[in-house]
Amino acid sequence: MADIPIAETLDCSGLLCPMPVVKTNKAIKNLKVGEVLEMIATDPGSIPDMEAWAKQTGHELLEAKEEGGKYRFLIKKTH
Amino acid sequence: MSEKNGRRRLAIIASKGTLDWAYPPFILATAAGAMNWEVAIFFTFYGLPLLKKKLDASVSPLGNPAMPMKMPFGPLEKIDLPIPNLIMSNVPGFQQMATALMKKTFKKKGVASIEELRDMAVEMDVRLIGCQMTMDVFGFKKEDFIDEAEIGGAATFLEFAADANVTLFI
Repeated sequence: MADIPIAETLDCSGLLCPMPVVKTNKAIKNLKVGEVLEMIATDPGSIPDMEAWAKQTGHELLEAKEEGGKYRFLIKKTH
Repeated sequence: MSEKNGRRRLAIIASKGTLDWAYPPFILATAAGAMNWEVAIFFTFYGLPLLKKKLDASVSPLGNPAMPMKMPFGPLEKIDLPIPNLIMSNVPGFQQMATALMKKTFKKKGVASIEELRDMAVEMDVRLIGCQMTMDVFGFKKEDFIDEAEIGGAATFLEFAADANVTLFI
């Protein structure tokens, strides 16, 4: 898979619910439509929560996976 | 879905003001706000002090038999301290200690403080409605509360909740 250009990275390591979704929502407001936000979290609950957040907001979750104890999300701003 | 603007709506009644019970309304309100929902919290009875400028929510082990008592750090961190509920709740200063332990544990684990969550709720334009009747009964004034608080009654809350997708009594 070709590398996706990342416009901004948000580190939510060490933060628990609801902070990862709250900070992601804030960060995505600063992006332009079509740009991709990378979010890193350590909260295992962030996987289902980010999926739910994406469904509710309509932004596209391109990637959600665990990498060495951290969770990495790529979110494309759609509107 | 609200007929007015097509956004989902969350309506919460916050009726308890202890530190443990202060979390659910603010966590749910900020999570919903992050999903672009429209949110209102109606603070009534013992929930009303959560609107005070200076928050002083504490937690008591009394009547909280399921509350785990753990040290936030050190060798006892993983152990549930086997102190009978009736004994710990009768020891002077135990409530202050339990409150300090809970705040410390939450901070260490990465949970936001009630102050931080409330600030975020304000930033997200969550409606924070103080119950007028409770103010009259317990002697609170509008000036006691944060500037963003509005004052209303049961009808104010119900008017908002009538169009809510999710309504919770906490």
